[in-house]
Amino acid sequence: MPGLEDLYREIILDHYRSPRNRGELPVPPAHKVEGFNPLCGDEVVLYLDVDAGNGQVRDVRVSGQGCSISQASTSMMSAAVKGKPLSEVRKLIRAFKALMSIHESKLEGDGGGLDEDGLAPDGADGNAALDDVRLGDLEALQGVVKFPVRIKCATLAWNTLQQGLDEVATPSPAG
Amino acid sequence: MLDVTRIKADFPILGREVHGKRLVYLDSASSSQKPSAVLDAMDRVYRNSYANVHRGVYTIAEEATSAFEAARARVARFIGATAPEEIVFVRNATEAINLVAYSWARKNLSEGDAIVLTEMEHHANIVPWHILAAERGVELRWVRLTPDYRLDVAELERLVDGARLLAVSAMSNVLGTINDVRPLADAAHAAGAHVLVDACQSVPHLPTDVRAWDADFVAMSSHKMLGPTGIGALWARRELLEAMPPFLGGGEMIRDVRLDGFTPNEVPWKFEAGTPAIAEAVGWHAAIDYLDGLGMDAVREHEKTVTAYALRALEERFEGRLHLYGPLDPEVRGGAVSFLFDGIHAHDISQVLDEDAVCVRAGHHCAKPLMRTLGVPATTRASFYVYNDESDADALVDSLVRAEKFFAL
Ligand SMILES: Cc1ncc(COP(=O)(O)O)c(C=O)c1O
Repeated sequence: MPGLEDLYREIILDHYRSPRNRGELPVPPAHKVEGFNPLCGDEVVLYLDVDAGNGQVRDVRVSGQGCSISQASTSMMSAAVKGKPLSEVRKLIRAFKALMSIHESKLEGDGGGLDEDGLAPDGADGNAALDDVRLGDLEALQGVVKFPVRIKCATLAWNTLQQGLDEVATPSPAG
Repeated sequence: MLDVTRIKADFPILGREVHGKRLVYLDSASSSQKPSAVLDAMDRVYRNSYANVHRGVYTIAEEATSAFEAARARVARFIGATAPEEIVFVRNATEAINLVAYSWARKNLSEGDAIVLTEMEHHANIVPWHILAAERGVELRWVRLTPDYRLDVAELERLVDGARLLAVSAMSNVLGTINDVRPLADAAHAAGAHVLVDACQSVPHLPTDVRAWDADFVAMSSHKMLGPTGIGALWARRELLEAMPPFLGGGEMIRDVRLDGFTPNEVPWKFEAGTPAIAEAVGWHAAIDYLDGLGMDAVREHEKTVTAYALRALEERFEGRLHLYGPLDPEVRGGAVSFLFDGIHAHDISQVLDEDAVCVRAGHHCAKPLMRTLGVPATTRASFYVYNDESDADALVDSLVRAEKFFAL
């Protein structure tokens, strides 16, 4: 059976205890997006400052509450995407979901915002293009896959990020 | 006193190991385990007496029908109902409450009417009323909590004034709080309101007398009281059931069907459309026999003892680092014990506990309004039942010690 050490790697606990990029950003110019895990009540609030001009995530701040996995994943995500071009961030989202054994149901597209999440067994469904994505510390979250009910904890921040980027790309009338 | 060693032996699942350790099942508030007596009773129906009910004239169909109806009578007797016809079989407590919301409430409530609920209700006793409120413009009013996790009854008289229904849990699945139903019902009735009791948590753990409560509707589930899933009951006063329109339409629930309409069956069958959960009814019967064999007074006494032991052990071992959510006096509470550690999320706690084969629930327990009142996103909940004893509480504490060390800041 997978042990606790597979799940709670030291780097995860470190991010949980000292989360990076905590706080808020003024809205606007930043965009605020909230994600919930209805199963456990975990909540992630992201403040995204996206530079539409050069297509870059200028800054990101995080608030909300949750378990060590969701908080660590959020913290790592914020560190990984800050200052990155949007195209790279989109790739990172897909690469992270692939790490969680979640593969986009449509084959590699243009990274547009309409991807549907599809739960699929590990497979070679077009993720070759993600091979060059460097996950770095995020790889520590790989052990989560062995604890299926916790996958949602790890992906909460990433789904919320994806939603936020989609909203920035196509602002709704309600703002 | 219950002989827990003997009781444990009656539950096959408690004999198994998980991760090489003895299974410590502390999630009965979510669903209970089943004794062999229940499993055997269900197996016997399927092997010997299975046929659809209320239809065939052949012997095994009659056997199945009489076993099914005997279960109804057994449930009635267990909760102090006047007659078996006051018991409507449903899938679970959730369906029982929805039946009242769709049949009784939609017939009797309209815009401007009010329903009184409490902050400690399970979603099952909230969402059906939200749906009705949105559809009919019915107002929902809320009884708040006191700082010691009880209902603030000082507000009750004002809240029930002009209301049509008070819907209240007899025991909280999160806090363990036992609500004294009779005075609540008296206040509601004095204001002309009906009373629905969500007895899903209380019937498994306390002696129940729906007439002593003076309730109008009572909802319960078999699976939390040693019985199978898929069956529960709505108890209601007969004249209420008589006056209520059918909820689901189909076979069983009719006396006559014509091209131009139908005549509904008598109560309770009027509310039981389609083939019911036959073997489950028989299993529930066996579960009630098992509980009555132990004696519900003895069950209550046992749970008081184990819960008091667990509360004391948690407080002594973890002092101020662990917060308990619920009354501390075992006299006014049941065996659902919710808690949180400073800085350690409920999910992370239960993950460590799982490694020790200690099964607890982490989350909002289908009571998100209550979680908001408590100001927490989730709690860890350990709940005790007839097959738990002090050794299970000790296993919980030992595993929590490990969890606290693991996540030490
Ligand atoms: C107080 C309370 N009410 C209602 C329910 C719903 O029960 P069921 O899921 O069996 O319909 C529960 C179950 O968790 C409960 O604890």
